[in-house]
Amino acid sequence: MSDQPDPKRRVSLQILGATLGASAFAYAMEPLRAWSKDLTMEQFLQKHYKEMSKDELAKVLQRVERDTKESYGATVTVKDPKPLPGVEFGYALNLSVCIGCRKCAEACHVENNHDRRTNNSYIRVLEMDQGTFDLERGTAQYAHAVPAPGKYYLPVQCHQCDNAPCVKVCPVQATWKESDGIVVVDYDWCIGCRYCEAACPYHARRFNWTKPEIPAEQITTEQGYLSNRIRPQGVVEKCTFCLHRTREGRQPACLEACPTGARVFGNLLDPASEIRWVLENKRVYVLKEELGTRPRFFYFFDE
Amino acid sequence: MNATSHVVTYPRFLWQAVTRAFEGRPLFYAWMTFLTAVALVGANAWAHQLAQGMQLTAMTDHVSWGLYIANFTFGVGLAAGAVMMVIPAYLYDDHEMHDVVLVGELLAVAAIVVCILFIVVDMGRPDRFWHIIPGIGRFNWPISMLTWDVLVLNGYLVLNLHICGYLLYMKFLDRKPDKRWYIPFVFLSIFWAISIHSVTAFLYGGLGGRPFWNSALLAPRFIATAFITGPAFVILLLQLVRRFTSFHVGDGPIRTLTSVMRVTVLLNLFMLGSELFTALYTGGAHSTAVKYLFFGSHGQNALVPWIWTAVAFNLTSALLLHLPATRRSLGLLDLACLLSIVGVWIEKGMGLIIPGFVPSTLHEIVEYVPTMTEWKITAGIWAGGFLVLTIALKIALPVLTGEASLANEKRGEG
Repeated sequence: MSDQPDPKRRVSLQILGATLGASAFAYAMEPLRAWSKDLTMEQFLQKHYKEMSKDELAKVLQRVERDTKESYGATVTVKDPKPLPGVEFGYALNLSVCIGCRKCAEACHVENNHDRRTNNSYIRVLEMDQGTFDLERGTAQYAHAVPAPGKYYLPVQCHQCDNAPCVKVCPVQATWKESDGIVVVDYDWCIGCRYCEAACPYHARRFNWTKPEIPAEQITTEQGYLSNRIRPQGVVEKCTFCLHRTREGRQPACLEACPTGARVFGNLLDPASEIRWVLENKRVYVLKEELGTRPRFFYFFDE
Repeated sequence: MNATSHVVTYPRFLWQAVTRAFEGRPLFYAWMTFLTAVALVGANAWAHQLAQGMQLTAMTDHVSWGLYIANFTFGVGLAAGAVMMVIPAYLYDDHEMHDVVLVGELLAVAAIVVCILFIVVDMGRPDRFWHIIPGIGRFNWPISMLTWDVLVLNGYLVLNLHICGYLLYMKFLDRKPDKRWYIPFVFLSIFWAISIHSVTAFLYGGLGGRPFWNSALLAPRFIATAFITGPAFVILLLQLVRRFTSFHVGDGPIRTLTSVMRVTVLLNLFMLGSELFTALYTGGAHSTAVKYLFFGSHGQNALVPWIWTAVAFNLTSALLLHLPATRRSLGLLDLACLLSIVGVWIEKGMGLIIPGFVPSTLHEIVEYVPTMTEWKITAGIWAGGFLVLTIALKIALPVLTGEASLANEKRGEG
């Protein structure tokens, strides 16, 4: 511009400014070095779960095992059990016998390798006033002997909706419903936008606000790629009906831990299953039915 | 026009743009240094957030979106609001507005950049950005509203870049722009502006599990507030342009934009009132978020000071805009603009995003108060937006006045 006296001095000042700016930028971004240390090109380029060939998936499973060994010092087996043909899982919970002990939430915490500091779990148990279904009058923060008089207990976990809002909203198809009805997340594909967390009406999803911390000896070593393997930082996770167990004929960890037998799990397509008997013979209701989510998780009462 | 001429002149145009972006008076350098410093503080905070995880924010599994998405929402409104200059300029042949309309389009560009940055810092895994690129990743279109948002926001950015870039280049060459190359895009951009903010509203409004957002009125409210903040911001910006550059800004555009605001501030208050009536008169579970927002609930009231500030600011600005004295005093008009910008920023930011999560879907009340990390990143992104806007104006205005042109450049060499 015309009102500038000395163009040479000006240029050298500009160069000085640019150099200072660039070094300040480098300094500001320094913390990224620690972050990028954990990232490899192999992981960056990893394909979506559904696009991987058998060999590619096998390599990824090995990579996860190797990473767990490196980061956590634990030797684990990561498998990828597939949905069984002719099976659609359903879960029912007997509100008449649940005593609110939260053993299920604890078992979930251990089985699914949750972060130890936050005491995370996929199950949240609400203490409700007798005589109402109004969630507003329930609380998850209770610390007294259970069952308390005048109260009943409502454990809530992922309802594996048939018409799942979380699946609809995911911008990158990182979460989907499997043929056995279980809604899963590809933890290596999720971009961490948390739109699913906003969309879920049941508070079923959790985000990894930090890298999970678990002592090596406490890690559950039988792991599923789409279920209880230790999740990376910055991605969303959820209950998978313990698919690494249930797809191999075992019961979910929360059911095994329940001291009162309030939980019934099984194949909705099998007319002889206990879950079918419950649905056909008990008074059953689902949470927030009016939203049209069509849950596979049911609550029922004894006569 | 033969091809070689553009091969020569377009790089010269770009070179002019680059050099002009770095040339200026001491005040310009001071302003740019200040913005760069704030942007760097934000960049540093973001680097920490990436390394240590989003535990550095106040967000939780209960309130899983916070200050970033609040600012994103406001930013989309700002970008869409700039169209209030385009409509008079091109649809109603307002010549004075036509002379300054590029300022609005450049504001839209800067605002979209701000929006995209707010989305990036809200992502847990920005390293996986390619998963959302159509054709390369797995783009969940048309089911996910977020994919629509990606399309409309980037489309709007490209549209405005094309319109501004083409018109400026032609002016630089001192050539009459070919209408076929910009008029269709201008009209497309008008519809597009409405679409970006409607889609952003549908993003929240489509969630059945969040009664506070699940309202058909959300998109109209978004558009109304966009047409408050857009004009308000431009009124202030045009005065700054008048003060600090030789670019001519008439009084006409400011008058027109003020008229727009007079309508939209009232429209917004009316719609807010309708929402409040429906929620509070009906009562029950659907009113709990509104009650929490305005009055607090179970002794928790983190949002109460925010929302009443917004209400006070919006009412005051509506009053000011309708005072006869404001027609004569730019000072009062500027005050009204500032108040309405802050008022809307709160109302559709902290006052809209947070109550969607409080109470949570299981009706637990977990409060949210942003951390220093979030404030630093937020300030950094806005500073980045102002950097983009300043540079864009620094390049565009001398071209528009004819100071920067191919002819002048050649004369300088000769």
